[in-house]
Parts: sequence; C-alpha cells; structure tokens
Amino acid sequence: MKAISRRRFLQSSAALAGGLVISFWLPGGGGRNAFAQAAPAPKVSPNAFLRIGKDGSITVMVKHLEFGQGVNTSLPMILCEELECDWSKVRYELAPAGPEYAHTVFGMQMTGGSSSVSNSYEQLLTVGAQARTMLMQAAANQWKVKLADVRAEKGFIVGPGGKKLSYGQLAEAAAKLPVPEKVALKDPKGFTVVGKPTRRIDSLEKIEGRAMFGLDVKRKNLHTAVVAHPPVFGAQVKSFNADKVKGIPGVTHVVELKSGVAVVAENFWSAKKGRDALEIAWDLGPGASINTASLKTQFLETAKTPGKSAKKADNADAMKSAAKSLVAEYQVPFLAHAPMEPLNCTVEVRADGAELWVGSQFQGVDQAAAAKALGLKPEQVKLNTMLAGGGFGRRANPASDYVTEACEVASKVKVPVKVVWTREDDIRGGYYRPMYAHRVEVGLDAQGKVAAWNHTIVGPSIVAGTPFEGMMVKDGVDPTSTEGVADTPYDIPNMNVQLHTVNPGVPVLWWRSVGHSHTAFVMETMIDELAAAAGQDPVAYRRTLLAKHPRVARVLDLAASKAGWGTPVAPGRARGVAVHESFGSICAQVAEVSLNGNEIRVHKVTAAYDCGLVVNPMGVEAQLQSAIAFGLSAALYGEITLKDGRVEQSNFHDYRVLRMNEMPLVEVHLVPGGDKPTGVGEPGTPPVAPAVANALFALTKKRVRTLPLGSAKWA
Amino acid sequence: MAKFFVNGDPVDFRAAPDTPLLWALRDQLGLTGTKFGCGMAQCGACTVHVDQQPTRSCITPVSAIEGKRVVTIEGIGSTSQGATARAVKAAWVDKDVVQCGYCQSGQVMSAVALLQRNKSPSDADIDAAMSGNICRCGTYQRVREAIKSAAATLKKA
Repeated sequence: MKAISRRRFLQSSAALAGGLVISFWLPGGGGRNAFAQAAPAPKVSPNAFLRIGKDGSITVMVKHLEFGQGVNTSLPMILCEELECDWSKVRYELAPAGPEYAHTVFGMQMTGGSSSVSNSYEQLLTVGAQARTMLMQAAANQWKVKLADVRAEKGFIVGPGGKKLSYGQLAEAAAKLPVPEKVALKDPKGFTVVGKPTRRIDSLEKIEGRAMFGLDVKRKNLHTAVVAHPPVFGAQVKSFNADKVKGIPGVTHVVELKSGVAVVAENFWSAKKGRDALEIAWDLGPGASINTASLKTQFLETAKTPGKSAKKADNADAMKSAAKSLVAEYQVPFLAHAPMEPLNCTVEVRADGAELWVGSQFQGVDQAAAAKALGLKPEQVKLNTMLAGGGFGRRANPASDYVTEACEVASKVKVPVKVVWTREDDIRGGYYRPMYAHRVEVGLDAQGKVAAWNHTIVGPSIVAGTPFEGMMVKDGVDPTSTEGVADTPYDIPNMNVQLHTVNPGVPVLWWRSVGHSHTAFVMETMIDELAAAAGQDPVAYRRTLLAKHPRVARVLDLAASKAGWGTPVAPGRARGVAVHESFGSICAQVAEVSLNGNEIRVHKVTAAYDCGLVVNPMGVEAQLQSAIAFGLSAALYGEITLKDGRVEQSNFHDYRVLRMNEMPLVEVHLVPGGDKPTGVGEPGTPPVAPAVANALFALTKKRVRTLPLGSAKWA
Repeated sequence: MAKFFVNGDPVDFRAAPDTPLLWALRDQLGLTGTKFGCGMAQCGACTVHVDQQPTRSCITPVSAIEGKRVVTIEGIGSTSQGATARAVKAAWVDKDVVQCGYCQSGQVMSAVALLQRNKSPSDADIDAAMSGNICRCGTYQRVREAIKSAAATLKKA
C-alpha cells in the first residue's frame, strides 16, 4: 500500500465507513482525539495505549493486528523505552476497533504496508514519555519536591535521598494528573530497550496452546457455520435442496446468503457434513468462462499495445535510435495467501448491538461493514481483535467478505455463530495476488549501455472498485501495479512505463509486498540479463546503475561480500543476486542453488537489510527469514489456475508451500544506523524470486521469465 | 459412541463416530490448542499423540481410537514425555521460534515425538520428522535450531 496523504485518506475512509468519522492521534496532543465523538480516555492511563496496574503490571494496548510480525513485542518495546519500566512486567493486550487506534499516516485502524512500527514509533515514544512524566509528577507532589528532583528508573520513581515509589504505587495519583502537552524524547543514542535483541512476549502462550486465535473463540450457545460458496466467481444460487442436510445430527439451520448457502450446526463437523450434503443449482454467469491459460495469452497480446502512462521517457524517440534492442516477456500467476489459520469470524447479535471476534487487519473497515450488514450503527458494534494465524494481506479486505458473511448468517439465525472457512474455501475463495504480464523492451547504444526502456504491465487492479481507488489511482494508473518499476532506483535513461488495467472477474487483493511481489522479479532478472549481455558481473553491473543511490548500493555490497560473491561455490551450485527497495527499506539477497533433476534446491540465502532504525533485531531477523520463506513458496511452487471458472487448486497438496526440508539457511546482516524505522515485514519477500532465478541462470544459462520457477523444464 | 482417554481423563464421546478427533477435542472438550489447518493431513497443525505416536487428528475419526490414550498440547507437559516436552518448550522460547504461532502446537508435538525416539537427530532426521508440519511464517530455521538445542539439553539432564 502506498503512502498517501492523511487528509485524502480521512476523507475517503469517512466515506468508506458509512459516515463514521475516523479519528487519529495528534502527536503531543495529550491523547485527545481529533473528533469529539471518540471515546474518552480510560482511567488510570495517560491515554488508550497504556495501563499501569496497582501491582506494577504494565499493559500496552497493541493497536495493530498481531499475525506473526511481532507487534506484541516491538510496540511495547517502543513505549517502554521512554517509560523506564521493568520489561519483565510488560504485557500486551490487543486493542479492539476504536478511533483512538487509527494508523497515524492512513487515518484508520489498520495493519498493512509494513508500517506498524514506523507509524507507531513517535506515537508510542510520546505515550511512554508522557506516562513517565505523570508518574514523576505524582511522586514529586507526594514528596513535595520539584519535578526536576525526581527521576524514573526501572519501574520506580526515585527522589531525594534515594527514596522510591513504584509505578504501581503511583499509578492512581498519576492518572488524575493532566497529560503533559509537550515531552522531550530521548536521544536514540541513549536507548536501552529499542535496538536490543528481545524475545517475543507472546511465545509461551502460543507454544502451550493457550493463545486465543479467532478460531478458538468460545461463547455460550456458540454455533458453527460452514458456507457453500459459488463454484465460480460471481455465480448466484438458483435453488437449493437441503433434504439430505436436515437429517444430520447437530445441524440447526440452513440459510441462503448473498455469498451462497450456510449450514449452521452445534459443531464444526456437523456443519461441514451438512454443507457437503447440500444440493445447489447455480446460475453460473460469465465467471464460468474464465480460463487462466487464455488470460495469459490475452495479457501478453495486450502488453504489445499502448497503455496508460505511469512514467514517460524524456526522449520519446530514444528507442528508435538504439543500436540494439532486447525484448522479454514475463508472466506471474494468481496467488492465494493461504494463512495457516483458515478465515473465520464470530458474531453475537444482542438487543442493543453486536459483538464480533475476528483476526482483522482492517478493524475499522470490518466494524463499519459489520454494522451495515447488521443494520446497526458502527458504535453499536464492538469488534474484538483476535490473534491471527497469519494473514499476509488476506485479512485486509476492503470488501470485508468473510466478516460480512458471518454477520449475514448471525442476523438470520439469531444465535451466536462462528463462520469457519475450510482450507478449500480459502484456496478457492479468491482475493488473490493478481496475475500479471510484463513486456520489456530495452534499447542499447553502440557501447552496450542502456539507452531506452519501454515497460508495459498488464493485470487487474487491486484497488479498483474499492474506497482506495479514488485516493490512489491517478490518470488511470493503480500504483500497486507499477510500484517497483516506475520508481526504480536504477539510473535508466528514457524509461517509459505503461499499464493496462484489466478485469478478468477474479477478486484480487494485496499479498505480502503487493506490487513488488512481481515487479522485483521482472526488474531484477532483466538487469541480470543486461549484465550478462554486457559480459559484466551482475553485482558490478548493478553498481554502475546505482551511482545516484548509494544507500541501495551499500546494501547490495553488504550482501555480496557476506555471501562471498566472486569466490568459488560448491560443485553443482551457483549464486544469484537481487536487490530491491520497498516500503522505505532496501533488501539485497544472494541465493545459492542447485538442481536435482528438475527439482530446485535453494541452499542458502544471504540477506542484507536496511530497514532504518531497528527496534528489535531478533524480530527483524525472524521477519526476514519469514519473508524469504513466503517469497520462496511463490517463486518455486505458487500458482492458482482457473479452468472454466473453477479454481483448480484446493489444499496444500496442490497449492504447494515451502516445507522444513526445502527451507534454505537464511543469514541476515542488518545495515546499522538509521534514525527512524522503515518497513520490516514485506521488503524481504520481493528479492528472493529474482535472486533464485538469476542463480538458476548462472547454473544452467536458461533464462526463465515465468513464475513459478518450479514449473519450468530445467533438466 | 467411542471411549478413549484425553490427557489422562476418560472421555465418553457420544456424537457421530465419524467425527475427526480434532473436532471432538476442539468442539466437545474445548481443547483449542490443537489447530485446524487443512483437514486432510497436509499441514500438521492438528498433530496430537495417540498412544505416543504423532497423529493427524483432522483425519482420525474417534471410532478409530477406541480405548486409546490421546495427549494434546495442553497435556503433553504432564505425561511420561514431560521432560522432553519441557525441554522443547524451553528451547522454543529461547530460540524465539514463534511468529503467528498457529502451527506451533503441531510443531511442538512433532518435535517431542521425534526427540522421544531419537536423542540426537541429524538435519535429515529433522527434515523427515518435521516436513509434515507447514509453517507459513517460515519459522523452520529456528525450529531446527530449537530441536537441536532441546536435544543438547536432554543429553545433559
């Protein structure tokens, strides 16, 4: 997701939320909300982010969804840096949907764009400093001394003569004090928490099976619903026969929905058996003619025609005067997110409103969508954020598909209900990373240098038809389709970037690293191809094009030197390199690969990462391992195909993902320095596909321009 | 109807005998530590021990476990495998394995079973025992380190 101005986003998100005014944090504003109707700050807290118990416990409210990226640890670390508390007493709590938890840049509560830490950084440092100041003031008042005569130290305020009061003892008095408008923040050089490798604080509950994910919600009289979704996108129920369902013990309701037919039962297994026993006649509609095989051909043909311009060459005739030109066509498939926890949402409708439990990346959007589906006002809907078993963008759906579906079931059956998608529902349920085709023509001058670059991209738009369209699409160009190409750091003269936005009728969505998930593959394999054509070393060649971007060059150099670039590699293996900037961070990777017949083996990935100021090095290392594993699943195996509108994959046996025996050794090197945090969760994904493709080229001299690489003939 | 034991307690299961053990645990017994990931023994999130053997509970009907002893993530610490389970959990915390955590009950159950039968697992042994447990967060490298670390701890004990 691109950064957009807060003002524009606020306007659109207000529309999106059906009139709900979205609030946001005012830095230094003392926890007040920008709009009057926001909830008042709770007691015993300087604002909505922190609770200090009388027992000294420190609870930090985490406004972002925890779905693996570690915000339950990194966000409290930021706050506690200024609070000067005892880290062992710190707990997290997942914040519910609420205007006080809005993203400081996007203006609505959401988790995406690798921005959880960066948008919270100043906010939570400020909260910590405000709370510490209030605790200090409370102690100073009690001791009748000046504020300057007391200091904070590991959960205590220390006064003249070494007298001490704990934060727990001071919490009640501190909460009655005004929130200081202005607080001075520490010089990062004096940080003791931020920057220190820190283990997650939510490990043990997850290791012992106690952690509560959305799927684990327990409520009195809770029913489970499993829904028969349309076999092709856009199909409608013509009629259905539930005769065989009614005899299944445990089944309580069968209800028709906009999205299909739901079977509701006292437990999952009865609901699932009921769903499978439904006989439904569908009005298939035009979705039944979607075939990815023909879409591939169409996309490549369309790429030969002029599209909307995302970037214009200074000299439009540069290509004509090139001494030589090189044309390459690329294809990437639809991809499912396939988070480990299947999608689910629990809804309880009561006389005065409703309550939801859901692992959501879009709490505010989902709350508004739930209200609309239930005929309530957003403030009548309490949305509890649950831990989520992965998400990768799938839980950030502007259409709130599974949330709306759960609300529709709940409103019809009048009992608390948990809608559970099976893995098959997830893999076949759409909202995929779009498939794209790229056509790249590079003109070289007589010396073999790049003189012109025409780049055409064809694919569906992620934001088209959503409230994001108005604020993000400019002159017909969805930046999530072109990011990573139009803004390349390479010094490429006379670059034309054009986009064809097409709509084949398959729902699409952001998928970890969004547009960069395909643009890095195209750019970084093409650059590699040009290096080979020029007879130059791939690292040296890139450096010549990065003279104006020393930060990128530095990351590339670090990865190359740590990987032993240029030194001999084990027999049967080869190395490939890629570097890519996204979400404000730069990641370079060197992959070492071999082939066993046609099976690709990635042995090692040496990664260098500049993600600005690092809050938790242990967490960043984990995120880089994660981003590489996620990117490798797609690079090697990932592909959703449709035949006559039917998705051909259904579960992990035919939608293959990386397993333990396929995981490379990932070595992480962080670039030191940086005064502010930039993105962490996503920027590690884009470079791995091109690094592996380039290594395979070095090994075989075969240039494969279609993903997944595992589908190519290598042997 | 089926009778079996879960974490030492007798269970008299009266719902449909084709009910997978996973859903008997989650829906009837409220033991939600065992996770649903795929429903077809592809991902390992539902791994429990049945008579000490790692078993995919999502495809094991309760009719197939009559009289057997089921141990779940909630109970593994207080069984005869408790020492191994404690070493595994401690290593998991120490190596900071967990990310989203959804698959980790299954990872831990598979790892305990591996270390019960193999005190010094090689990389190949770990691959063989753990490749049935998918982690979409990609925690594999730290899972591997944690298993080796737990093995080392158990040798010292």
